[in-house]
Order: sequence, then structure tokens, then C-alpha cells
Amino acid sequence: MLIFTLKRLVSLLFSLVAASVVVFFVIEIIPGDPAALMMGISASPEAVEELRQQLGLNLPIWQRYFTWVMGLLQWDFGISYTYKTPVSDLINDRIWVSLPLTIYALTLSTLIAFPVGIIAAANRNSKTDVGIMGATQLGIAVPNFWFAMILVLIFAVSLRWFSAGGFPGWEIGFFAGMKSLTLPAIALALPQASILARVMRSSLLDTLSEDYIRTARAKGLSKRQTLWRHALRNALIPVLTIIGLQFSFLLAGAIIIENVFFLPGLGRLVFQGITQRDLIVVKSVVMLLVFAVIVVTFIVDIAYGIADPRLRGNSVRGSAGE
Amino acid sequence: MELPIPGLGETASGAAPVSDSSDKIIAESGFFAIALKTPSFVIGLIFSVFFIFIALLSLYWTPYDVSVLEIGNRLKCPPFQAWIGGVDFPSAQNSWFEGWRCVANPLYGLGTDHFGRDVVSMIMVGSRTSIAVAIVAVGIGIILGVPLGLAAAARQGSFFDEFIMRTNDLVFAFPALLIAILITAVYGPSAINAIIAIGIFNIPVFARLSRGAALSLWTREFVLAARVAGKGRSRISVEHILPNILNLLIVQGTIQFSLGILAEAGLSYLGLGVQPPIPSWGRMLAEAQTLIFVAPHLAILPGLAIVLSVLGLNLLGDGLRDILDPKLRRNRS
Amino acid sequence: MKNLLTIKDLSLNIGETKILQDIDLEVNGGEILGVIGESGSGKSMSALAIMQLAPGGAKINGSIKFKGEELLKFSEKQMCELRGSEIGMIFQEPMSALNPVKTIGEQVAETVLIHSNVSKREAQQIAREVLERVELPSDEFPLNRFPHQLSGGQRQRVVIAMAIAHKPALLIADEPTTALDVTTQAQILKLLEKLVEEDGMGLILITHDLAVVAEVAKNVVIMQNGIVVEAGETLEVFSDLKHPYSKQLFAASNHVPKRVNRAKPDKEKPVLRASNILRQYPGRGGSFFKKSKPFTAVDKVSFYIAKGENVGLVGESGCGKSTLSRALLALDIMQGGIVHLDGETISAGKGANKGASRAARRKMQVVFQDPYGSFNPRHRVEKLVAEPFYLLDDPPRGIERRQRVEKALIEVGLNAADADKYIHEFSGGQRQRVAIARALIIEPALIILDEAVSALDVSIRAQILDLLAQLSDKRGISYLFISHDLSVVRAITDRVLVMRDGVIVEEGESQSVFANPQHPYTKQLLGAVPDIEKALAARRMQQA
Repeated sequence: MLIFTLKRLVSLLFSLVAASVVVFFVIEIIPGDPAALMMGISASPEAVEELRQQLGLNLPIWQRYFTWVMGLLQWDFGISYTYKTPVSDLINDRIWVSLPLTIYALTLSTLIAFPVGIIAAANRNSKTDVGIMGATQLGIAVPNFWFAMILVLIFAVSLRWFSAGGFPGWEIGFFAGMKSLTLPAIALALPQASILARVMRSSLLDTLSEDYIRTARAKGLSKRQTLWRHALRNALIPVLTIIGLQFSFLLAGAIIIENVFFLPGLGRLVFQGITQRDLIVVKSVVMLLVFAVIVVTFIVDIAYGIADPRLRGNSVRGSAGE
Repeated sequence: MELPIPGLGETASGAAPVSDSSDKIIAESGFFAIALKTPSFVIGLIFSVFFIFIALLSLYWTPYDVSVLEIGNRLKCPPFQAWIGGVDFPSAQNSWFEGWRCVANPLYGLGTDHFGRDVVSMIMVGSRTSIAVAIVAVGIGIILGVPLGLAAAARQGSFFDEFIMRTNDLVFAFPALLIAILITAVYGPSAINAIIAIGIFNIPVFARLSRGAALSLWTREFVLAARVAGKGRSRISVEHILPNILNLLIVQGTIQFSLGILAEAGLSYLGLGVQPPIPSWGRMLAEAQTLIFVAPHLAILPGLAIVLSVLGLNLLGDGLRDILDPKLRRNRS
Repeated sequence: MKNLLTIKDLSLNIGETKILQDIDLEVNGGEILGVIGESGSGKSMSALAIMQLAPGGAKINGSIKFKGEELLKFSEKQMCELRGSEIGMIFQEPMSALNPVKTIGEQVAETVLIHSNVSKREAQQIAREVLERVELPSDEFPLNRFPHQLSGGQRQRVVIAMAIAHKPALLIADEPTTALDVTTQAQILKLLEKLVEEDGMGLILITHDLAVVAEVAKNVVIMQNGIVVEAGETLEVFSDLKHPYSKQLFAASNHVPKRVNRAKPDKEKPVLRASNILRQYPGRGGSFFKKSKPFTAVDKVSFYIAKGENVGLVGESGCGKSTLSRALLALDIMQGGIVHLDGETISAGKGANKGASRAARRKMQVVFQDPYGSFNPRHRVEKLVAEPFYLLDDPPRGIERRQRVEKALIEVGLNAADADKYIHEFSGGQRQRVAIARALIIEPALIILDEAVSALDVSIRAQILDLLAQLSDKRGISYLFISHDLSVVRAITDRVLVMRDGVIVEEGESQSVFANPQHPYTKQLLGAVPDIEKALAARRMQQA
């Protein structure tokens, strides 16, 4: 298990370095002169030159890259060009909207998908199963931002149970904060829950056709018991991968959903960064999101190793000849 | 935005790509005989054909010209909605139906937008954008991804293989939307950039799918027999591997197509995709958002178009998979 | 106990298909009943019917009486109480029969836990004892081992432990040794016999192997297409087979192809001469700092094959015989050694596919084990059979190609018109014929037959062996016949090589090696092979 973890750790570091090079390359090298890009065509050459100085663009590429990476390691992303404040302050504010929203959505998605997937698999080809499969097919086809608008139309505009958008801040209370994140979380979670339920179902059905399920039945376990005791844990192994992947899609999805609900999160920050051509903000937030995705992938890999003893790599081969 | 997710159980990547029994069944009863008994295929095909027909039709004819603005005729709701809103419920005040009261123009079946353009025509023209972006993006994915995947599988364990797989993992760490954001941040928003962003994401999807399927084929005895017959890696890849993963590619292509439509809609919604005045479903929704209190039909109808087309393509893909690989049908109805 | 299980007029239909018809059989406590049949005979389905684990949609009629009670009237709940406690079952494939994420201790203890009112600790204690009984001692196999840490034979022992943990009155074993090597098979059979004797348990042993039944079973039932064609006391049945099918089965399992007009293999002119072939794999495991030793799969092996000679290569799984064949075919690299093949050379060191020239490849072809995986399903037979023409500098085209393919098909007993078919239109035995046609078409000097008949039923196997013998006699082709099945090797080869742990431990004329093995491993191997004649002779001795 230790070697397994160490190997994963090495590949984690490799991915992080590679990702940072890509982000740096795309933002700082491809555009030619980022300063000119940020200031637009109407800017005076002097002003552009000043910004170049300020951004350190006259330094060699590798030195710029290392300065940036060293800054990242100390949670120092530089000064925002439009906000004129440290980007780290902006991120510190907004991360407390985006992170709870993502976790909220992931929890909802899992809580919906697991029972639904299990029920469908346990009653395969029944009317319930067909109904659930149809519903999830629809759930996958619904764009989450449109679903968000429909939710606003029903629960905010017509029923007035929730506000149509905005975030009051955590200062006014945990539940008030959660309430304002509820519609966005549902909008994010529904399509993911549909996918997850389908994966759960098919993984469970695959597992239920394995030989060891028949062995368990021959032992005297009932169908229900085999499902809970033998099939479920094995079926969860591939599902785990999908949950990990969904984290990254929820993060990306949050960029859109935050815009639908006018939530002051990272997604809105990066979106505003684009419209205002604030490359420093864009670069920092993109890197942060990619960082989160890579770290979650790493955690999933480790969880995989815990769930599946075959991957731990401490296998002692049975004596030969037997 | 629903994004392409690789190996989701929605793909058949783990399965053996050659299905002896399916060949047998299809050869004996004919493709269409089986296809017509597969409900998801039939429904999916009807939806998809309708959607493509609408797009083609819009090239020659739409009920109204979408480039003509008629401010006087703006924000008319569909006659159907006006009828519901017009019903006089006793407690209509503050009720569900409050927002549905509106003025309709019977000449416009689905109403008009804030510039007085016909919504039916807008949706028809918008479908063109969706199809074009999604097809080109899937094309990029297949043209670049499949050869890379096949080449990686042919040299399994080599440095090249390792490099391809690591690069794939790296691209997967950037959700398509982030790629799009990076690209638009530098080049500015445009349809081309949306296509590139979605297309880049499709490359590793197809590379990974074809590599996985090819790897399991490379261990098959018929490939060994071809090697004994002295055939080289590239010849075997083209002659023996590719024909046997074609089914998988068609199924995955359909699914990526539908995901491309969703992705394009999401990007256009954010204003990072197709630019005005070209109509697109995503942007129609973005524009409708501020008018959601006054004209809810504008927020509902383009979304329904997205849902139906994506649903149709997904059902088509599912149906195709069921027909081409009965082993999967068992579990993935 | 008399009449532990009595089955009368058992029929089983799935939809319109009749799987079983009017099956009668009877098992007593402390006795072994052998059920013999080829694939599709319904032998496994009968077992599942007793357990009532037949696939959904199966309709069962007749009577299954266990300890005097009618099982077909039992509810699912009653059956759950019965399964594992009164009737245990073990299956063919030990590699997948255990839950990979649970320890062997948990899985054995589970049988006890569901059926009796004991604490977890007591159940673990019982599990420990049962594992000792199936000869998995506690110091080497603690309860917290996971299945993937055990070999196939060890896993089968765990499966047996699970089945007998609650001391069932009846045990059903469905091909329990088919996936195992012969020496492991002998051990497992001995273990089952011991358990039957000690516990007074009844055992239904389902197998395709007549010799296994002849060795261990008191009574025997022979099935074909869902019907019992022959039943009775083992010795009586085998001494006087009545039904044509069982006669045919018996003949096929001892089948030795007739050799006609055969030129004597010329030892002065070897077709193949392999010297010091070495194949190593990088070591697995090890740590970050210490590289582990490489694993040597083939350790400097040398041998030759004369023109027209049929040489057998036998050994158990993991002995290196497949690795050796891949190295010979240049499908894989060798780290050392050289192969001379009818004037051409295949040398070590270079990458796979490059080690052998086209000229060398032209001299040899191969037939693989799996008749279902050996052909590209997208190509027609003509294209499949013609594939080796790629090796010729001037390959025949058009009509000429077609004629050559048709000729080859006819030669292997198929029709010329079969060239237009796709491979899914053929049965397993026919596919092996197509594979042989493909190997023959460029008239190689040597054909490597890699477990080429192992996947076939005995009667089909006999036909394919006849075909191979006939082709070799007529054309003077040499064979390297690789197999784990000693009886098949004995039937068709002139000379045999016995391989173990990457080394050839014994070599000699087939007749003399089988009659009088020299190396202790060869002796052990031959001793483990169930022999029908010997077993019957022993029974006669006992009775007399």
C-alpha cells in the first residue's frame, strides 16, 4: 500500500507540474504580449510598457515561470489588474461559495443516485427499472443551466420559496446560506445524479453476473443478501472513479451555474476575468481548479486501493506447484 | 453544462469490442429487423432525423426571416400559453398562472423574442449551429484521437504509449469548459474557438476508447495469426483492429455528438461560443434569462429543443449499442 | 444414508427449448455419483436444478426428493436454508468463484454464520478448522488472506471449504478440476474422496472426463442432449456400454489416429533446431531501491524436430511452454539462443517481428487453442485462409488465390463453397479445420499446434486428431504439438519433451517415455493422469 501510494504521489506531482506548464504557456506565451492583450488596442505604448514592467514580462520565460510557481506555493497569485487587490484575497472570499456548492451538489448527486441505481438493478427489467432508466436518460439530456432557469421559474418566480439568485453570505447564518445554495446545487446535481445512477445500476448488474455471486447463492444467501454483502462493495469500485470525475465536472458546471444565480464564486470570478481580460485572475483560478481536479483524482486512486485489495500490490503468491 | 465523460458506463470501453454472437444474430435476421424491435433505437432515430431535417430545411426555408427585427411585434407569447393564461381562475392573483398572462400573435406558433423575431425560425436556424459545432468537434476527436489510440495500443508499454496516455490524463484534468475559458481568454470568444475547445476534449476520449479496445484485440489469436503471417503493426491496426472497433466508435461518436451539443449550448450561454447575430440555442437562453419574468416561453422553448435533440441522440447511441453488442444489452438497457 | 437424493422424470425447459428431459438419478450418502457429458448435454443444468439456481425463465417438472422431501415444492426461503447447510456446491472456475474484496476467512465463516447461531468468533474458529481439513494450514494460509494471493488449486480448496463448512449431506461438484493442472486435479480429487468417506456425504461429480469418473465414482450417469443415455454401477456400465453415444464417447476418449503410408521421420535432416533459447521477464515486486531478480520463463532450452516428425511438448501451466512457442514464432523477443528453421535463422535480441525474416516465417505456421478467437469476424473465410499468402513474394491473386483456398478447405474436410462464409457460420470443430487450412496454405515445413484441440469436446477432438495425422502422413509436415493433456500427446506424437519451470526435464520416444518415465517429475505427472483402463482394472481386482 505504501509503494502504491508513493507511485500515485509521484504521478500527482508530475500532473501538477505539467498542468502548470500548460496554463502558463497558454496564457503567457501564446498571446505574444499579455500586457497589450489586457489593456486593449486603445492603450498607449507607455501604459503597456508600464504594465509589462509591473508583470515582470521583460524577464526570461523560465524565470517568470518559477516566480509564478513559487508564488502559487505560497498562495500568492499576484495583483489583479482590474480589482487592484491581491488575487489571493479574491479567491479566499469566493472559495467559500464555490467549495460548499460543489460539495453540496456532489452529496445530493450521490444520495439520489445510489438508492435509485440499486433499486433499478435489484428490479432489473421491471416497470420500475424501465421508468428509472427513462428518467435518467432525460436527466442526462437536460443542460444544467437551463434546468436552473426552470427551477428559478418554478420555485423563485412562481412559488417564491427561494430567491432567484445572489448569496447573502455566511454571516447571516448557516441555513440561510445553504438555502441560497439549494437551487444551484439541485441544478448541478440532477444531470450528474442521472449519470451516476446509470453507472451504479450497470456496475451492479455486471457484478451480479459474476461467478462469486453464484457461489454466495450456493452458500444459502438470499438474492437480497448477496446484493448487499457481496455485490455492492465490488460494484462501488468503478462507481468511485465516476464520483471522482464528477467532482471536476461539478467544478466546471459551477462556473455556469454561478452565473445563472449570480453567486459570487470562483466561476463568476473567472468569467468576469475573461470579460475584463484580466489574465492574472483567469490564470490563477484556472490553475486552482485544475489543481483541485488533480488532487481529487489522486484521492480517488488511493480510495480505489483501499476498496480493492488486489491493487495494494502486497500480493503473496501462493506456493508454486499447487 | 453536461460535459463529455469518458468511460462512464455510458461508453462500452471496457467490453470486448468483437462480439461474435452479435454478428451471428445480425447476419441471420438482418440489421433492421433487430433495429425495429429496439425501442430506444427507433425513438432515437426519429428524434435525430427530425432534428437534422429541421436544420437542413432551415437552409432553404424558415417561417420568418430571422435577420429581420420587428420591434413592434416583440415578446409575443405562444397562442397556447395565452389560452392557459387567459383562463380565469378564481385565485389567479399571485398564483402559478400570474406569469403566464400574456399577449399572443396567432401568426407566431411559438411566439416572438425581444426583437420580434419568430421563435420557431430562431430554433430552426439555431439547430444548424449546434449540429455544425458538434459534428466538427466529434470529427476532430475521431480524426486525431483514433490514430493516436491505435498507435499507442500497437506499441503498448513503449515511451510513445506512455506519453499519449499521460497527455490524455492531463487533458482530462482540464474540463472542456476550462479549456474553452483558456482559449477565449486569449483569442476572444468565437464559434471556431468553441469548436476547438470541445474538439480538444474529444481527442483523449476517442484515443482512450480506441486504445483500450485495441489492446484487448491485440491479445486475440486472430491478431497473433496475422503477425505469424508477417504483417506489421500498422497493417494489422488498419486491417484487423480498426474494423473491429468501428461499432464502438459509432456508438461513442453518437454520444459525443450529443455531449457536443450540450457543451456548445453551455459555451454560447456564457457568451464564449457563437457570436451574434448567428442564432444559437445557448445564447437564446442567455438572452431569455433577463426576461424570465416577462416572457418565460423564451426561457423554456430553446431548452426543450436542446433536451429533445440530446435525448434523441443518446437513445440512438444506446439503441445502436444494444443492437451491435447484445452482451451489453443484458445490463445496459 | 440410502436414497439421499432421488430425481425422477426431471424436465427443464427454457422457453421452447428443452434442456433436460426425463432425467432419473439417485445418490446415496457416502457415495460418489459421476455425471458425464459433453458441452450442451445438460449436466450442469441438472445440478443447478437441484439447487434451484437455474436461470430465470426455466420451467422445471418432475420430482427432486432430498432426504424424502420434495425440493420442487420448497419456497425460496426454505431453499436458502437448505443451500450451504444441507447441500453444498462447487464450481468449475476457481479463479472467479471467490469474492475478490473479502478475505478467505470471512467467506468460509459466512457459510457457518448464515446457517447456525454462533458468534463471529466461533464462526472464525470453525472456518479455521475447515481450512485445515482442506489442507490449507494456518501458518501458511491465515484467515486474512485475500483470494488473489492464492493459486488456482488453493482457491478451489477454499471453495470446497465454503461448501463443506456446515457439513452438508450432499455436495455437488460441477467440473471441479477442469480448470486445474493434472497434479492439482489428482490432489483435489483425493481430497473430495477423503471428505466423502469421513463425513458420509453424498457427492455428485459432474465432468466431461470419463477417466476421472472411472477412478472415483461408485455409480455413473452418461448424458447426451438433456437425456440420460446410460446409468448404473461404474464398472458394469464401462464394461458393457449399450448406447451408441456412450460407446462413441468411450472410443473417442481413447482415440489413437491411424497412421498410414508414413515415411519414417529423418533424424539426419532436422526441420527445426533450437539452441539455448532464453526468455526472461523483468522481475515483479521488489522495492523502490532494490530491483528484483528477473523471472526466467524459458531457461536455455535446446531441441530439434526432424522432417515429418510429430513432437509433443507437455507441461503444466506456467512451465514456459507457451512462452517457448511464442519465441519460436517470433511473436516475442528472446534474450538468447538461435533457431534454425529449414535453412533459415531466427535470432535472439532483436524486437519481436524483426527476429524472423519473411523467409523464415514462410516455413512455419500455427494453430491456436481458441476456435472462437482465432479469426477476424469481419472477414470472409477466403480472406482468412489466404492471409499467410502475405509472406510470399509473389502471392496468388484472383482466381488462382480462390482455387488455392478451396483446395485447402477441401483438404481439411470442408467445402469449396465455405470460402464465401463468415466465421460465425461454423461450429468450434469446423473453425479448427479452417485454422488448419490457414496454416497449410503456404505449405510450411512446421506447424505449431498450441493446445489446438484442448477446447474441443472429445468426439470432435478425435476427428481433428485424425485429420492432423492424415495431413502429416500425406505431406510430411512436422508438428510441434503443445498441450497440457498427456493422453492427446501420447496419441499423436512420435517423440515428447516434458517441460517444467522453463527447462526440458525429459525427452524421448513417446511410447517409451509414457511406458517408462525416467525423471521424477514425469513420473509424478503420469501418475496424476487418470487412466480409464487402469482404473477399471483396479476395480475388477477389487471385486475378484
